[in-house]
Amino acid sequence: MSEVALNETNLSTSEAVSRAALLKRLRRTDQAFRLLTRAAVLAVLGLLSGVILALIIGSVPAIEAFGPGFVVTEVWNPVTEQFGALAPIYGTLVTSFIAMVIAVPIGIMIAFFITELCPLWLRRPIAIAIELLAGIPSIIYGIWGLFVLAPFLQKHVQPFLIDTFENVPGLSSLFEGPPYGIGMLTAGFILAIMVLPFITAISRDVFDAVPAVLKEAAYGLGCTTWEVFKHVVLPFTRIGVIGGVMLGLGRALGETMAVTFVIGNAHKVSASILAPGTTISASIANEFTEAVGDLYTSALITLGLILFVITFIVLAIARYMLLRLQQQGR
Amino acid sequence: MATASNPLYAGRRRRNTVATGLAYAATAFGLGWLVMILGVLIYEGIGGLSLAVFTENTPPPGSAGGLLNAIAGSIAMTVLAVAIGTPIGILAGTYLAEYGRHDKLSTVVRFINDILLSAPSIVIGLFVYEIMVAPMGHFSGYAGAVALAIIVIPVVVRTTEDMLRLVPDTLREAAASIGLPRAHMIVRIAYRAARAGIVTGILLAIARISGETAPLLFTALNNQFWSLDMNAPMPSLPVVIFQFALSPYEEWQKLAWTGALLITVTVLGLSIIARSLTARKS
Repeated sequence: MSEVALNETNLSTSEAVSRAALLKRLRRTDQAFRLLTRAAVLAVLGLLSGVILALIIGSVPAIEAFGPGFVVTEVWNPVTEQFGALAPIYGTLVTSFIAMVIAVPIGIMIAFFITELCPLWLRRPIAIAIELLAGIPSIIYGIWGLFVLAPFLQKHVQPFLIDTFENVPGLSSLFEGPPYGIGMLTAGFILAIMVLPFITAISRDVFDAVPAVLKEAAYGLGCTTWEVFKHVVLPFTRIGVIGGVMLGLGRALGETMAVTFVIGNAHKVSASILAPGTTISASIANEFTEAVGDLYTSALITLGLILFVITFIVLAIARYMLLRLQQQGR
Repeated sequence: MATASNPLYAGRRRRNTVATGLAYAATAFGLGWLVMILGVLIYEGIGGLSLAVFTENTPPPGSAGGLLNAIAGSIAMTVLAVAIGTPIGILAGTYLAEYGRHDKLSTVVRFINDILLSAPSIVIGLFVYEIMVAPMGHFSGYAGAVALAIIVIPVVVRTTEDMLRLVPDTLREAAASIGLPRAHMIVRIAYRAARAGIVTGILLAIARISGETAPLLFTALNNQFWSLDMNAPMPSLPVVIFQFALSPYEEWQKLAWTGALLITVTVLGLSIIARSLTARKS
């Protein structure tokens, strides 16, 4: 008996050795792969820290030269090397605000249409069309805005706005000056068209997540479609919709090319939304390659840092809201 | 019948009609822009479309030419960007979905990835300028490709993770039960099951970067001549469109429209292919 058993182990020794080698190799590749994926994750982490760090280092000369007053100074004079960020920050906020005023109600109404009113067969095509609108590169919006939208607004819309509000106190200064075509209103309008698909897509997703029983219960009480939407769907999805709006706002704040084409690049704070202005991203795009001198470059990088911080905060809030909705749904 | 004449009901019905009417109008408004933009683009772009666009380089002001060098530059930088960004993106997505699905690191990285996904692309251009262009002392195609790669990574991370999560756990357990190590399970089974989705992510990333202008403005810069030297300034379609559209020369503006049409067709084509890949899967 013992001899047989011994014989058997003897027989399989070479097999066992090669088996151990194979297992060892498998274990090693297994470990290596795991480390590789971990390294990639850390690289993504490092990327964001790298971006922030590089921007901070690049903005040191400008911050040293101008201090915190940088953000409230309107002067932007490359010749005398006097730089202030007020005009770009103002332009960024105003154009994004115009964009949101136009895009939020329209985006929500489109999502309302897709989820509640649209016949089933039409839902997918419309959703795809809206998503295609989101995929069009911003430079296309820019060239279209410059050659088509700006002349149209200049000829037909802006003179009308100027005439209409000329004698309305308060609003007259908002629509003042000659109709250039390009300017903050045009930029805001283009931004609105660009963020519309984002707001629509997210609103549609969260509206779709409303449990059917809730809506059916409201319909059972005799509510109209609009009442169901307003009193059941919207309150239920409020956080998600706000998240989507913030996500769209994040896009609008950082959008570069579409705005650069139509903003007019004037470092000036004007009350009139018809006046040309500039945004943070448009200033960087227009001037960075031509910036001579360390201070000029550094001032532009500081603008980039400010933009990054603003969008970071907005996007972080957006993600937090959407995450909360997800957990609430669970 | 009594209900129909009740003013309360009539008011509610009226409000409902107005609201639904507004929803129809909003949808028409949204889709109207798409139709209008595409219409203008095709109308203006088709006119300039000719063989010369693909065989001649960008012209000096006031003369005819094509977009050959810009197209070549765009393709070269896109290919390199995808070559750099895709492996990192897939590996990071793999970690998030397979190894650290619930750990702290993954939660943080997921959040950061989402921020990178919608971070302003011009800031990425500034970053690459700081780390590559400034130390090297000159603009280059490499810098442009790195900037584009940074945009590719978050897109691929996100889709890879989402697609791997769709792979049923029973497949993973079956692989483990026959003694397959985790890495081999991921490569041989999970990747294979999620292949269509991962490819979709890569296509979407290509679609995203083929229209990106802002990060190239001060990394790859531009170039009027034929050049495939990636260590030198490199032209690209979006940057050429930007330069030509803002110029006062009619030939340049025409070429800008043609270039815009080419980019849009590429981007829309890629998104439609990507969509049909996943649609067939589900």
